[in-house]
Amino acid sequence: MSSVIDLTNVSRWYGNVVAVNDITMSVGPGVTGLLGPNGAGKSTILHMISGFLAPSKGTLTVAGKSSWENPDIYRTLGLVPERDSVYAFLTGEQFVRATAKLQSLPEIGAATRRAIDMTDMADAAGRRISTYSKGMRQRIKVAAALVHDPEILLLDEPFNGMDPRQRIHMMDLLAKLGAEGRTILFSSHILEEVERLSGTIQVMVAGRLAASGDFRAIRRLMTSRPHVFNIRSSDDRRLAAVLVGRPYTNAVELTGKGLQVRTSDFGAFCEQIAVLTRDHGITLRELLPTDESLESVFGYLISSQGN
Amino acid sequence: MFNPTVAMLTLRATVGRRRVLLFAVPAVILIVLTLVLRASHPAAVLWPDQVLGDFGFSVLLPLTALIIGTGVLGAEIDDGSAIHLLATPVRRSAVVFTKFAVAAVLTMLFAAVPELIAGLLAPHSGKLALALFTGAVAGSVIYAAVFVMASVLTTRAIALGLLYVLIWEGLLGNLVGGARILSVAHYSLGIANAIYPDQSLNAGLSLSTSVTLGIIVTVGALILATRRLSAFAIKGEPA
Repeated sequence: MSSVIDLTNVSRWYGNVVAVNDITMSVGPGVTGLLGPNGAGKSTILHMISGFLAPSKGTLTVAGKSSWENPDIYRTLGLVPERDSVYAFLTGEQFVRATAKLQSLPEIGAATRRAIDMTDMADAAGRRISTYSKGMRQRIKVAAALVHDPEILLLDEPFNGMDPRQRIHMMDLLAKLGAEGRTILFSSHILEEVERLSGTIQVMVAGRLAASGDFRAIRRLMTSRPHVFNIRSSDDRRLAAVLVGRPYTNAVELTGKGLQVRTSDFGAFCEQIAVLTRDHGITLRELLPTDESLESVFGYLISSQGN
Repeated sequence: MFNPTVAMLTLRATVGRRRVLLFAVPAVILIVLTLVLRASHPAAVLWPDQVLGDFGFSVLLPLTALIIGTGVLGAEIDDGSAIHLLATPVRRSAVVFTKFAVAAVLTMLFAAVPELIAGLLAPHSGKLALALFTGAVAGSVIYAAVFVMASVLTTRAIALGLLYVLIWEGLLGNLVGGARILSVAHYSLGIANAIYPDQSLNAGLSLSTSVTLGIIVTVGALILATRRLSAFAIKGEPA
């Protein structure tokens, strides 16, 4: 797969704060998800790719050219920014039409209608954008970004504010555009969005690239990481003895408040813990997974890369 | 160079908001003041020069130009909607020039035209009105370039513009002769004074100096604004 977007040792800092740290990645045709918690540097990456931020260090090319101070790049690139500000005094149709004119398209009316139809906004296109819901604003921004039929589409948190039906429609649209051979790169902090839509992902944590490649492989890496549970039961000491002999148990520790168990197989442990306690006549009073945040998952990916 | 779509968006964004009422306030004050003085002092000779020259060029023109000039592009940069305009292949020079053109025309409409109307309403001041109108038209153009540039360079363009108008032009320009070299109000007065020489207009610059400096400042401001807009960066949040 030939790459369309290439970043080589790209860093971006603001004063003494590093927002993006030495990223090297390539993005080719199809749908690629840029996954990471808030503040990971995803928007900074998208701003640099779209030519709205200069890298402090490294090289970045889009279709072989630098995007910084190069407005011609927008003939082949469409951008859907995260920020909700659009020309609210225009109707949706006027906004998309104005974008078509700014692109100097030959058939402005046809291009406008096509983009509005693609985003399922035909019914609301005659209304002022100021009356739109957040999800509708997102879709009209996507319509404007698609009006010139770009080869590359960048979307910053495109599903924010969309209801489930709109979300599914947008996912289907992006999947279709990707299947047509376009390069679609979107950012998200929600694992399920990326899982559903993209075969390839780039995972960012704290300005660094934590993982890159096929989603399924990274997902396996995520689920096979050690999980920690805090347990309280009617007999913690006996439960510890029972768990120690199980293949999915990595470590058991008796704490002042109960047991802390580390397991390498999240699924097997969750299935077996109830059966084990019942069979041994132990009453399970509390079972708490610790630190299941996305940050901890990403943190694990970074540490596993380093090993 | 001039992009009609950018002009349409700018015009609707600028005139469509309530801020347009703000544009009209100084103009209404000037015309009402002229009507009141005409009724109360119909034979006086001095007040038309003072009201139209001092108030018109020290307050009406710069303040109207400041509100409009910093708004045509600065408001879009502040609220983030500029990104939709800038994520298109339109040349940055065309964006700046079109915004400047719209700002200059609106300033003429809300400052130079009221100056002409007030001048025609004042007694015995037909030629003075024409001279002030011409000066205000030139001032609208130069101020528009300066304030559009300021809005691209800084997010505090209105505050800096007020300081420039009140301190530099209002105070230093009248006390220190050298300060007039960088005073748009004095360029405008210099042009007006060449058409209708009048001692009370206090133009410290000749016509040729005013025109030459006005052109240099206008072109320089537009070039600087274009260069700055070409390197427009979204304000990012550190990770």
